[in-house]
Amino acid sequence: MTPPPFQRLLDAHAGDVLRFLVGAVGREDADDAFQETFLSALRAYPDLAHADNLRAWLFTIAHRKATDVHRARARRPVPVGDVEERAAPEPPDASDWDPVRELPPRQRAVLTLRYAADLPHRDIAAILGCSEDASRRAAADGLKALRKELVP
Amino acid sequence: MTRLTPPTADPTAALARFAATAPADVSYAFVDSPVGTMIAAGTDRGLACLGYEDLHGGADPLLERIAAEISPRVLLAPAKLDRVRRELDEYFAGTRQDFDLELDLTLARPFARKILAATARIPFGSTSTYGEIAAEAGSPGAARAAGGALGSNPIPIVVPCHRVLARNGTLHGYTGGLHRKQQLLELEGVRTLGM
Repeated sequence: MTPPPFQRLLDAHAGDVLRFLVGAVGREDADDAFQETFLSALRAYPDLAHADNLRAWLFTIAHRKATDVHRARARRPVPVGDVEERAAPEPPDASDWDPVRELPPRQRAVLTLRYAADLPHRDIAAILGCSEDASRRAAADGLKALRKELVP
Repeated sequence: MTRLTPPTADPTAALARFAATAPADVSYAFVDSPVGTMIAAGTDRGLACLGYEDLHGGADPLLERIAAEISPRVLLAPAKLDRVRRELDEYFAGTRQDFDLELDLTLARPFARKILAATARIPFGSTSTYGEIAAEAGSPGAARAAGGALGSNPIPIVVPCHRVLARNGTLHGYTGGLHRKQQLLELEGVRTLGM
């Protein structure tokens, strides 16, 4: 089966992918990650074996790009002064997500996929290669950790 | 924080950047013209499709056909169709008689490609007949098949199938509707005998 014109994926999912990436890596790196996500998707698109859950497939790629950004940051620690400079221009809705980016990888991924991109736990489990239960648990743990951090 | 709400994010700029740089196999754009909105689609080889938007169910089925028959890497990238848009504007403004565009005839079958190639040689302001075009394409006597091939011309106007008439000089048929055939011929100063 031929997948639909690629533009249809952009029309349907570009907004959610960008919201997910803003949540997952921050506003500053979101645009580059967006470009890389859709470039990878475009490259792989004609060889796609089945086109039944293109949304989950796209977010699998977006999640991988977000993970790449975090790994690159871990290798290249940002001086404290820079962090403050970068945090300042973030509008309040995006800075809500700052503490999420400090969580362990799985909790971060589950919370951004669930609450920034509105994916169901079934899709999140498929994207992360874990069970639905594990996805729900990671979300609960993540939210608990955020409450602890934010309500001293 | 009690609740995580999705961050606001407007993808317009990111989409524009993607459309300008992504290596699509097929780029398309909507082109306004005096004969209606058209969907222009091109590949590295040239213009592959110029479809009337109000026909055959609109843009979606046309783009699906392009995805199936050329490549699913189809992107809305108007800037890549700038030259097509400019030449069409010039044609409709009366300042251009010949299109200077490469064509990609992937959407046409082999027989239709020969018919389209013969049709592309009919000069501005002239007409031919289905029989003459068939003979020109190396299939004398195949007037009816030529009519069929032109009826599914993927690149009307640029491949001027509107210049092909029935032997008795009537308009006969047109992929975009007879009123458009008449309109295009009038624009080229051709007097027609009607439908």
